[in-house]
Amino acid sequence: MSGFARHRRSGHIIATFTGFEADLLRSLASQLVELLRNESAVPRQDADSFEALMDFSGPTTEPEDPVLARLFPTAYHDDEEAAAEFRRYTESALRDDKAAGAVSVLDTLEEAGLPAELTEEALVIDVEIEQPTAETWLRTFTDLRLALATRLGIEDGDDDYWFSLPDDDPRSQAYDIYHWIGLLQETLVEALSS
Amino acid sequence: MSTASPVEVDPTTAPDEITVVEKPWATVVWDDPVNLMSYVTFVFRKYFGYDKQKAEKLMLEVHHDGKSAVSHGTREEMERDVQAMHEYGLWATMEKQ
Repeated sequence: MSGFARHRRSGHIIATFTGFEADLLRSLASQLVELLRNESAVPRQDADSFEALMDFSGPTTEPEDPVLARLFPTAYHDDEEAAAEFRRYTESALRDDKAAGAVSVLDTLEEAGLPAELTEEALVIDVEIEQPTAETWLRTFTDLRLALATRLGIEDGDDDYWFSLPDDDPRSQAYDIYHWIGLLQETLVEALSS
Repeated sequence: MSTASPVEVDPTTAPDEITVVEKPWATVVWDDPVNLMSYVTFVFRKYFGYDKQKAEKLMLEVHHDGKSAVSHGTREEMERDVQAMHEYGLWATMEKQ
């Protein structure tokens, strides 16, 4: 894996993926979109009150899914009311923004030649993106890593534990993917800063 | 109607305290085991426009102290900053000074 680099003449960000890698990224990005779009907001306690019935705006309580709770953190630690208000005005927009980012990643991969069904083993996908798209990819990589880390229960400095798991442990495979996206992200930050 | 009276000035208010009142809120970014140091620095430079040195200093504060107040301002300004940090996937909260 060589990751991302900046093309010297065009200034574009470029990367080459194997068909397998591109397919994996697409699959993760579409799972993220599903998660962001599907989990309905937790119903309000007073669901039958007039105010609740007239309230079409965003959710006010933390999502039940731990991944979503991490993607949309509570903004006020010790003021429940202010935290609910903040969530009401921001969470829907954040969900849309993150879903649009993930969609842009899978669109780019398909435009670069990734077929709907991967059949050709030796397929190579060359991606070339401009700065704003590259920054979207950066944020989507972050969301994917946060999602995987939350599902796995990753903590500070526990790399040795994850690398010591046997290869056939599904958590070991998930950690490898998490680690790989981290390496990709590192090269993308570097390319964008150069 | 009230009659004109001298404005009461509290002589004990020092200039520093006045400054604090103007920027009563802070955006606090918390350490998490996931986000890369290079990425956090990138976000601070990109979004706040901080130079490399300041962005790295704040990133290291997050890393070593567990959190850092990365911007200061009115409540509205800080809500915008916190929302932006959430867009970037950083764990940020509002804090009153």
